Amino acid sequence: MRHRRYPFIIGFLVVPVLLYAALVIWPYLQTFGYSLTDWNGQSQQMHFVGLDNYTKLAHDEVFLGALGHNLLLLAVLPVATVLLALFFAFMLNVGGRGGTARVQGVRGAGGYKVLFFLPQVLSVAILAVLWEAVYRPDGGGLFNGVLLKLGLESPGHPVEWLADPDLVLWCILGVLVWAGTGFYLVLFSAAMQSVPRDVYESALLDGAGRPQTFFRITLPLLWDTVQTAWVYLAIAAMDVFALVSTMTVGASYGGGPDHRSEIVATYLMRNFLFFGKAGYACAMGVVIFFFTLVLSVVALRVTRRERIEY
Amino acid sequence: MSTGAGYNRRELLRRAAGLTALAVTGGPLLAACAGGGGGTTGGATAVASSATNPLGVDGSAPLEVVIFKGGFGDDYAKAFEGLYAKTYSAAKITHTPTQDITGLLQPRFNGGSPPDVVDDSGAKQIKLDVLHKAGQLADLTALLDAPYLDDPSRKVRDVLQPGTVEHGSFDGKMYSLNYVYSVSGLWYSGKLFKEKGWTAPKTWAEFITLCGTIKAAGVAPFCHQGKYPYYINVAIMDLLARQGGREIITRVDQLDTTVWDGPEAKAAISAIYQLVDQDYLLPGTNGMTHTEAQTAWNQYKAAFVPCGSWLENEQLKLTPDDFEMTFLPMPSLPGDKLPPTSLRAGADEPFIVPAKAKNVAGGMEFLRMMLTKAGAGQFAQQANAVTVLKDGIGPEVKLRPGTKSAVAALGAAGTEVFNYDYPNTQSAFDIELGNASTELMANRIKPEEWLKRAKAAAEKAKKA
Repeated sequence: MRHRRYPFIIGFLVVPVLLYAALVIWPYLQTFGYSLTDWNGQSQQMHFVGLDNYTKLAHDEVFLGALGHNLLLLAVLPVATVLLALFFAFMLNVGGRGGTARVQGVRGAGGYKVLFFLPQVLSVAILAVLWEAVYRPDGGGLFNGVLLKLGLESPGHPVEWLADPDLVLWCILGVLVWAGTGFYLVLFSAAMQSVPRDVYESALLDGAGRPQTFFRITLPLLWDTVQTAWVYLAIAAMDVFALVSTMTVGASYGGGPDHRSEIVATYLMRNFLFFGKAGYACAMGVVIFFFTLVLSVVALRVTRRERIEY
Repeated sequence: MSTGAGYNRRELLRRAAGLTALAVTGGPLLAACAGGGGGTTGGATAVASSATNPLGVDGSAPLEVVIFKGGFGDDYAKAFEGLYAKTYSAAKITHTPTQDITGLLQPRFNGGSPPDVVDDSGAKQIKLDVLHKAGQLADLTALLDAPYLDDPSRKVRDVLQPGTVEHGSFDGKMYSLNYVYSVSGLWYSGKLFKEKGWTAPKTWAEFITLCGTIKAAGVAPFCHQGKYPYYINVAIMDLLARQGGREIITRVDQLDTTVWDGPEAKAAISAIYQLVDQDYLLPGTNGMTHTEAQTAWNQYKAAFVPCGSWLENEQLKLTPDDFEMTFLPMPSLPGDKLPPTSLRAGADEPFIVPAKAKNVAGGMEFLRMMLTKAGAGQFAQQANAVTVLKDGIGPEVKLRPGTKSAVAALGAAGTEVFNYDYPNTQSAFDIELGNASTELMANRIKPEEWLKRAKAAAEKAKKA
């Protein structure tokens, strides 16, 4: 009955593959097509302009700045999030000592897990509102309120967090790390729990301290998971649209002050819907697509290691 | 956004669209909507026009109306539809309220089957310049030349407030009927001013002196909605319009780069910069949303705020009962070419008839019915706002103090009202100008640099 296997498999796959082709592959191909035109987004009329949009992009300072910001996020976001999440996961699962030789987390680990994971449950809209209140530019904001009470800033000139060109991107990054750490903490925790206890116990018996346990045992055994987290975070760093467009200064999708928090996604949307330069926006979409693609491949290749079986 | 979610602030609130358009993959997805579908043209109706039916409406043709359901709700539109149904009882009217004009209509515009009338407003408005360039808007000249329903001896174009036709025009032809009439300037609390013995300033010098007095009294003289540079830009550009007269407005709209080298622009921006230089701003105002800044103003933390006349409706719930919201035209600079009573008055809330609609004549007839005392009265009652119909509001409509003072200022201005087109026709230039103003208000750049940036933005927009 071997020949019956293929119809069976195809029967399962045909619908998802069709859906994927129609809703993902085809739009991507269309975007490539549109990026070669001067389509304005509201009409069927368009002209083929070859690679004009791409040449313009190469000279568009705002676009290059936006790309630079994405790359900065790309450099910092995965490192910060993964390190924090790894550290917390380690402390919550194997970091506790409690006088006995048992492998366990710090006291109250369960509670911490809930606490850390909480931001993940909030929608991005709520995150934005919440952090806007934290970053509020007058004494009513959490940060400014504390700084004022401590006498660290004058009431006449509070820090305008999200309106300060040198701080705004870091403020956004802070929210991203805060919101992302919990998820990766749980991810790493799950991975750590699948590491056999006796590995840790034997390390303890051999007198390994926390740093040694972490670097010699935990990290190598978690490498696959860390790698996955890295790729996800890298892709997230190329996006960040929701937070920047809602929280930062500037008309139509934020990105201010003065493009200092501009990212490709906000500039893309502004061009697409606001300036009526849909073809140009599609070209940006294509650029970001290739960036993300190359990054993912590179990240997976560079970090590839031998898998450890246990 | 509790109330008046709109008027021209929709340009800024557009960012709210981000919340629903979360995924960046929206790029390719949106693009996907555009594929397929040919450009079928409507125009199913070919009824000869007559005295009673000047637009040649086919009374049996269905009419599809799409309304932005924002701060004004959509009850007023139902009332308009009632008016239409009274005359054309055979017509089947479809009423679609939405807050997502782009999401609903972009595919239909692209597919060549748009509705017959659209209130193209709100955070997800489709930009008019974009629609116009794509040939999607019907020329409304026929509507302007049709008789006014309440008095057929006059044409529709003669009963509109000044600036309405121009503001809805591209290349000299009107493509959108901007139905709501609003004025822009400064606002203060009559109660606070009375209490402190301050008088509303007429000239900029008086204004700056008063700011010093206000600051000494422990109140911040000025706040603005810094997160959205639109507001302070209106103030700056109003000073420029006054200083340079109508000629300079045209030059700005036409992206004449020499405007920014002239003494008028320098005078306007230097005047605004005094507020920054002398530290008259409410602390933190540069990072505040419109709600935050306007609420601080309602709480007497700041004395003046720049805004349009939708302010009262927008702040309705946050305004103390005895606040006495009062409108003040921008104080005048020495050597102004326009009188001190002149002000920016603009028609907003654009209603359009898509060029490829099936019932273009019906759509225009619908707009004609909006421009009657019955229509304008309905609107004033539902939305607490004035329409572009001249003398459209009878004595039976009671206005709130802020609106009342705005209407009085409008009366004092007479024909000396002005408005710019560039926010609608040159979106990219407008945004760059806003960015420069954000930097100026935060004292990161000086007026000279602002002028340089404005000029560079105009040059760039001209090339594009």
